Amino acid sequence: MLSLLLLFCGMANAQDYFPKNDGVKEENNNYVAFTNATLYVTPTQLIKNGTLLIQNGKVVASGSTVNIPKNCITIDLGGKYVYPSFIDSYTSFGIEKPKRQGGGRSPQYDASREGFYWNDHILAEQKGIGSFKYAGKDAEELRKLGFGVVNTHLMDGIARGTGVLVALNDEAGDATRILNDQSGQFFSFEKSVTSNQSYPSSLMGSIALLKQMYSDMDWYAKGNSKTKDRSLEAMIENKNRISFFEAGNKGNDLRADKIADQFNANYIIVGGGDEYEAIESIKKTNAKYIIPINFPAAYDVSNPYFAKYIDLADMREWNQAPQNPKVLTENGITFALTTFQLDKVSEFSKNLQKAIEYGFNKTKALEALTTVPASLLGQTNSLGTLEAGKWANFLIASGDIFDKETTLYENWVQGKKHIINDKDQKDIRGVYTLSVGGKSYEMTLSGDLSKPKIEVKQDTLKRTSKISYDSNWVTFSFEDDAKELNRATALIPSSGTNFTGKIVLPNGSETTFTAVRTGDAKEAEKDKKEENTLPEILPLTYPNVGYGFTTKPKPQTMLFKNATVWTSEDAGILENTDVLVKNGKIEKVGKNLSASGAIVIDATGKHLTAGIIDEHSHIAALGINEGGQNSSAEVKIEDAINPEDINIYRNLAGGVTSVQILHGSANPIGGRSAIIKLKWGEEADGLLYKNSPKFIKFALGENVKQSNWQSFNRFPQTRMGVEQLYVNYFNRAKEYYAVKKSGKPYRYDEELEVLAEILNGERYISCHSYVQSEINMLMKVAEKFNFKVNTFTHILEGYKVADKMAAHGVGGSTFSDWWAYKYEVNDAIPFNAAIMSRAGVTTAINSDDDEMSRRLNQEAAKTIKYGGMNEAEAWKMGTINPGKLLH
Amino acid sequence: MRILKNILLATIISIGLHVWAQQTPATAQQETIILSGATIHIGNGTVIESGYLIFENGKITEVGQGATRKQGKMIEVIGKHIYPGFIAPVSSLGLGEIDAVRATNDDDEIGDFIPHIRSLIAYNSESKVVESMRPNGVLLAQITPQGGSISGTSSIVQLDAWNWEDAAVKVDDGIHVHWPNTYRRGRWWMGEERGWKPNKEYEKDSDAFKMYVAHAKAYSKTSSVSKNEGFEAMQGLFNGTKKLYLYAQGEKEIIDGVTACKEAGIENIVLVGGYEAYKIIPFLKQNNISVIVNRVHSTPDRDDDDYDLPYKLPKLLTDGGLMVSLNAVGQMERMNTRNLPFYAGQVAGQGMDKEEALKLITSNTAKVLGIDANYGTLEAGKSATLFISEGDALDMRTNIVTHAFIDGRHVSLETHQTELWKRYAGKFGQN
Repeated sequence: MLSLLLLFCGMANAQDYFPKNDGVKEENNNYVAFTNATLYVTPTQLIKNGTLLIQNGKVVASGSTVNIPKNCITIDLGGKYVYPSFIDSYTSFGIEKPKRQGGGRSPQYDASREGFYWNDHILAEQKGIGSFKYAGKDAEELRKLGFGVVNTHLMDGIARGTGVLVALNDEAGDATRILNDQSGQFFSFEKSVTSNQSYPSSLMGSIALLKQMYSDMDWYAKGNSKTKDRSLEAMIENKNRISFFEAGNKGNDLRADKIADQFNANYIIVGGGDEYEAIESIKKTNAKYIIPINFPAAYDVSNPYFAKYIDLADMREWNQAPQNPKVLTENGITFALTTFQLDKVSEFSKNLQKAIEYGFNKTKALEALTTVPASLLGQTNSLGTLEAGKWANFLIASGDIFDKETTLYENWVQGKKHIINDKDQKDIRGVYTLSVGGKSYEMTLSGDLSKPKIEVKQDTLKRTSKISYDSNWVTFSFEDDAKELNRATALIPSSGTNFTGKIVLPNGSETTFTAVRTGDAKEAEKDKKEENTLPEILPLTYPNVGYGFTTKPKPQTMLFKNATVWTSEDAGILENTDVLVKNGKIEKVGKNLSASGAIVIDATGKHLTAGIIDEHSHIAALGINEGGQNSSAEVKIEDAINPEDINIYRNLAGGVTSVQILHGSANPIGGRSAIIKLKWGEEADGLLYKNSPKFIKFALGENVKQSNWQSFNRFPQTRMGVEQLYVNYFNRAKEYYAVKKSGKPYRYDEELEVLAEILNGERYISCHSYVQSEINMLMKVAEKFNFKVNTFTHILEGYKVADKMAAHGVGGSTFSDWWAYKYEVNDAIPFNAAIMSRAGVTTAINSDDDEMSRRLNQEAAKTIKYGGMNEAEAWKMGTINPGKLLH
Repeated sequence: MRILKNILLATIISIGLHVWAQQTPATAQQETIILSGATIHIGNGTVIESGYLIFENGKITEVGQGATRKQGKMIEVIGKHIYPGFIAPVSSLGLGEIDAVRATNDDDEIGDFIPHIRSLIAYNSESKVVESMRPNGVLLAQITPQGGSISGTSSIVQLDAWNWEDAAVKVDDGIHVHWPNTYRRGRWWMGEERGWKPNKEYEKDSDAFKMYVAHAKAYSKTSSVSKNEGFEAMQGLFNGTKKLYLYAQGEKEIIDGVTACKEAGIENIVLVGGYEAYKIIPFLKQNNISVIVNRVHSTPDRDDDDYDLPYKLPKLLTDGGLMVSLNAVGQMERMNTRNLPFYAGQVAGQGMDKEEALKLITSNTAKVLGIDANYGTLEAGKSATLFISEGDALDMRTNIVTHAFIDGRHVSLETHQTELWKRYAGKFGQN
């Protein structure tokens, strides 16, 4: 057997110039013709009674009239279906994922490698072929599902290097089956498991890193670097290769697309299966996609105590996700399907059938598995259809390939046959009368053609039974009324509907049985019908989570009559006043207003005020801290907005309409803020204020010193170091900007660009701060560099230096009464806001907390208790004052 | 030079005193004090307008409407409001000072079943956080060990004392039990799925508690065994001298916990938290369970819950006929305990009558804790533990406390914070 295999391999691998020592050189240039096929030459070209002619692994001809050469083996398919085999463009086939590194006690900030990019997660120099090892078992599983070619790569890191395109041909060696050993380059937002380098520790950090990598690539390509960087060299080498980006969900699809747009990277985006929720934006990307079909399994809600732990959003996903391929198709988006993300690859067919039940067009499904991936992979000349000259990669099936009842017989790869099911095996499914020695049973064979199920009944009583069916031999056993075992076997005759064979009775005696077919197996039909009943697919809401709107809200003309209006302006609090809102703006405030077409709301006895503004919020973001470095000015919270955060809804319920999402306080120079309006139901970009003033988060004290957790190796560890860090960065930014302005070549550095904006007065700082020394320090650093700190946030000892703050012109955004949670807030007092305000500091009350933000009105009101502010002044601390601080 | 040195020294000493000295506890009441002309919120749902309140030797002797002829030190409180001192149950006040500084924290001992761990002896009566309670009207607290399965034994204290002995109002009043959860979130950092999943340890953990109680009970029946401090501490639960505080959130957890305790022969059970208690009100009524609801100012546990569920929970339970009180449990709970009156105010904002809302932090809490004979309402014969506010004490705009008395002692309303305020307001000429 082994020698036979070797011989086979030898033949398959016969490479002209290789010496042959185990026999004589021989060539096989015979043809194979498949006739009488229901032949899909392409997904849209179906030929009945067609012929497929192949030779040396390639298609020679296909169509209804094909000349069959003399040296040809002809296989009559008798109407069986032939399809181009499937292509999976996103797998890790044959390339093992590395193991995660164990972490040390302290975080690692520097790269582990030398001669490569400064960040370990940029692994552009990785070559998938280097660690590729053909995985026969996985190949077999994929072939069972209809796949003939897969694209694979090392699924690890942010830049992952190149992949391998491989035919699932067990009969050949890598020299034949590897179709492309640098099949594109791969990217993701996920760090490598092979390094513990902290940066990037957030989604926005990954985005910033990718952008910097592309800038550095250009700079390196121009020969500016004095040192060697193999990662960038690989990036340059791979520049014109097809790029795949594993995004993983609808939001990240859009994020990846933005990077692609900025750097002309033209990614093929590996989506998440939730694209139907943001289909308009997905459409606008104009990108091509690879889409997984890992639809969620139904939740077991039989236990009412567990049911409550399943969010409406999860239930909706279960209900709606199978329509994703259909929705993508309807919106004209080009996409290929993949087995990626499936828990078990074997679930692919079942899930694909589900998608088709949910309305996914079968032709499009076939395209998504053949011509589209061939085109994405740049292989339209060799893969995807059964036109002459392409690889003879095709499937032979009993019927429509997407039909549940269809049996896949053979999967030919590069002209090599791989048997899945015996195609010459007869269909024995049906109902039979089984007669054995005077006893009669009803036997039903149903289910899979090659693996039928059996049910034996005697006078309507079910008997335990078992069956196997192989090479046209059927073997089955069943218990009789005495619960004793009868064992039978028979060769199925090639003609006729009945069969007869040998049976061993419980007493050991042998006799014959006959099985006479009486009809079709009906139960299977019944099952099928039930499964075909589609569940009701619920409409999307905006956003598509609990408490989403059924229709997306639009701005309307609104007239509020007879309210008590808190203007937060010089006008103060106005009784019995009307407010007209038009085109999203306050049109008029006055008495007896009217407006045609306005929705009128009687606000008698109610209060109307400008929405609360939270200067310090961390809601609605996917990640708040990029703590992987002591400065992360290059990251933007705007890159990581989460418009589905339930806290948006909850904040609205608490009167908050705008917030500044600040970066966290993990480092002295944090990331850039996002200023958003809480438009529940909008997508991420719809929440952002257009052209909003630019802000960045700075932070001082215990957090940036990393005082309260185990980290001892990052500068700074003291307040003394914090000052010098700022001085150093600002000096560098200044020098950077000078070089840039001079017109000399310079390495684009996003971080220094942002810091230069601060120096140029184009970007404002909101600085997390506690004790007076550090507050004073930052003002002095700013003054030295000729700019002003815009806001001190937290600023719990602001009351100690309120005079200096007023003189500097910085605002204070503080908690009403928090203290005692860290050593540096030992002297925090609830009178802080009142003292700062009276000293002439523009003072706001903020939350820094998902819960407190819902009642900033109360927090502002505490300044009345603590420090005796009046109501109108207190209210300004929640409205116009934070508004002023945010310009 | 010598003079300069002395001045410097004096300055250092005075700064030292200002920054570090806690307020001196008040001396015992000497003379009869008469508060007259105020709105008196009794704490049991009733209000006396233009009333008077007299207390002698630390006890309230008279509460009435109109004028009194009684002689004593008269405090003019016309137009002001008098309230019983607010009570913070299941609190870790005085067991920790600065959250992030481990050395200052004494709230959570290691061990799963440690009922003998007593909070009282670790209670820091000179905590700067504790003194900051008084200016908001919070004058009593149940000091409670945290964590574990059986966390330990609490004691009730008043918040103006020289030391823990001096502070104690009711010693070793209850034992605190944290019931396990039936479901837990996947530990994603260990590679598990993020979603909720059944807690496989639930049966084991609840059984461990039941077995502990059973052993404690068996222990009481013999006299010759060697001492087991934990079992000893549990005896009060069986003879009715201690209450059991059962911390549970979900329906099933509450039912299981209450059932287990009842079956073990424990009668005095108080539910703490009770996030889903509103779903099983008949069960709780039937078992005579009162509820100490977790901090009203909290976000809902689950995304699909009503955004205001934590705000309205006390009302839902009260409307259902349960005895309800409020706690401040949660993040930064010690310093936040001074907001207890505003939690009650939030419940009033949900439509509960204000005097009813007041009960949630006064008489109801006193009854739940078993100190209602002396505290919780302004009635003759009870302790003169009360305060005077410029206005509605459940509203942060008007909770402006001018006087506070604990057992008739006129306590200081100054704190580390007010001193800093005065110092710096003075520096900038603001006062």
